[in-house]
Amino acid sequence: MVPPNALSVTKGKRKKRRENLFLRRLFTNKLAVVGLIIVVLFTLVAIFAPFIAHFDPTKMDVNDALQSPGQDGHLLGTDSYGRDVFSRIVFGARVSLFVGVGAVVVGGAIGIILGLISGFYGGWVDSVIMRIMDGMYAFPFILLAIVLMTVLGSGLGNVILAIGIANVPTFSRIVRGQVLAVKQEEFIEVTRSLGAGDFNLLFKHILPNCSGPIIVYGTMGIAGAIISEAALSFLGLGIQPPNPSWGNILQEGRDYLQVSPHICLFSGMAIFLSVLGFNLFGDGLRDALDPKTRV
Amino acid sequence: MLKFIIKRLINLIPTLFIVAAIVFIITRMIPGDPASVLLGPQASASDVHRLREQLGLNDSVFVQFIKYLNDLIHFNLGQSFAYKQPVLTLILERFPNTLILTFCAFFIALLVSIPAGVIAATRKGSWMDYLFTVTSLFGISIPVFWLGLMLVLLFSVTLGWLPATGMASSGDGALAFITHLILPSVTLSTIPMANFSRITRASMLEVMNQDYITAAKAKGVSHFFVVMKHGFKNALTPILTVAGMEVSSLLGGAVLTETIFSWPGMGQLIVEAINKRDYIVVQGSVIFLAVLYVLINLAVDILYKVVNPKISYDTKGGK
Repeated sequence: MVPPNALSVTKGKRKKRRENLFLRRLFTNKLAVVGLIIVVLFTLVAIFAPFIAHFDPTKMDVNDALQSPGQDGHLLGTDSYGRDVFSRIVFGARVSLFVGVGAVVVGGAIGIILGLISGFYGGWVDSVIMRIMDGMYAFPFILLAIVLMTVLGSGLGNVILAIGIANVPTFSRIVRGQVLAVKQEEFIEVTRSLGAGDFNLLFKHILPNCSGPIIVYGTMGIAGAIISEAALSFLGLGIQPPNPSWGNILQEGRDYLQVSPHICLFSGMAIFLSVLGFNLFGDGLRDALDPKTRV
Repeated sequence: MLKFIIKRLINLIPTLFIVAAIVFIITRMIPGDPASVLLGPQASASDVHRLREQLGLNDSVFVQFIKYLNDLIHFNLGQSFAYKQPVLTLILERFPNTLILTFCAFFIALLVSIPAGVIAATRKGSWMDYLFTVTSLFGISIPVFWLGLMLVLLFSVTLGWLPATGMASSGDGALAFITHLILPSVTLSTIPMANFSRITRASMLEVMNQDYITAAKAKGVSHFFVVMKHGFKNALTPILTVAGMEVSSLLGGAVLTETIFSWPGMGQLIVEAINKRDYIVVQGSVIFLAVLYVLINLAVDILYKVVNPKISYDTKGGK
């Protein structure tokens, strides 16, 4: 006689085994591990910024302007206002990570809901939503963000909103594609016949089965959002000085490229490394989730 | 084939309509009175009133939208305040420069990425493949505006080999034209280069696992011939699709690259217009680029059909 809970026990074991396999695949991928280390390091820097930075990132001292790296205790030198570049980059990590995660959450939330509705209900609802997404796709990503910023005005919240909205079409397309595939599965029909409502089906049964691609794109999306924030701030549309952001440090350093190239060099390096970290990790996640689709 | 093209053209109408609607909605989101925002804080009340009339802001939103669509159909993108010229004239002045830059970047990207992708795929798992994966991720992760500045620092400021900014005028000769073009087009080529090579590698890997490749190898066909004739030719279709989509990132990247190198193209026009608060120019340029993207992708779809006539677009809800 099989005990009544035996079925759920084996199911739980199987799930655990699958998770172990996924983690093993992820952690044997050297590039993914390097990516994860970079991501963790940047996150720690962002969280503990006040303890890591020795100087106030916004404190100006004209007598101390454009110092080379290492002079007067300024690890990465100073900018044209005499502000410590290292401290500004450390505090800039907060902005970049906050915008990166925030934009993906905003874009993801809207995109996932639209994708679920579009894929699940089909018909004219699907046509209308997908035509709008096609229309949004016609705008180069950064240009859509630029236009939204000119309308919304600068500031942290608006940067997150603008980049988030620009992310919506990609999320909705990915989720829609997944929903179309999952919808065909037998268990959906069974659950429905057991009396599950649409809301229950969508969020309890379909969405969890779409999580893989969402996580992969979300990770890569953070990388994209970090670059976009830097680009917007570089163009003077994003985070406004004196608040530090990697993009506006780069912008301000641009005028001193000949005399103090370190300002541009290090702020850009921070953007590049953090973006690389998220991309490496995202790439590894994709390989681990589905080894067949290795790109 | 003609039926296919006509069908695609009809499909284009709702997309273009939505593109126009998106731009219309976004520009109507500008807080406050668009007329006073457009004219700036120094504008007199009579100027604001005249502009309100001219923009039709006293009409209902629906009437405004219909008028806006009517203008678009007649290629009327409005009049710039800062430049005192029709927006379309401004765009057509700058657009050829953007075209030169994006074309060169596209060419450099293809020249490097396709051989790299093919080599990586045929030597899967080797150190070359590993190096390839890392390099292509570098390419995706590097911010073009930073890369541009670093190239200027190295090749213009330090070595003095290439000019830092600007575009050669017609009197400067071919050499000046090319030297001015090198840094911006190399900068702009990085993202499409990385994306192309990744997709080339992936689609080559898929094709090289097919039975007919094994059969060709078994028949004793030379390795090079198998790769190029049987492999690469069949891997081309996905590469073509990505090429169409890549136009979008090229145009977006052009905005930043042109700003770095003071390249007198559309990207620089947009950034200048934003700084001058000339929203009519921004609006016109953005819609111009979006329509361009839609038309290029239509061309890619048609080309796709020519390369691979078996492809059907009739399946409903396809990707």
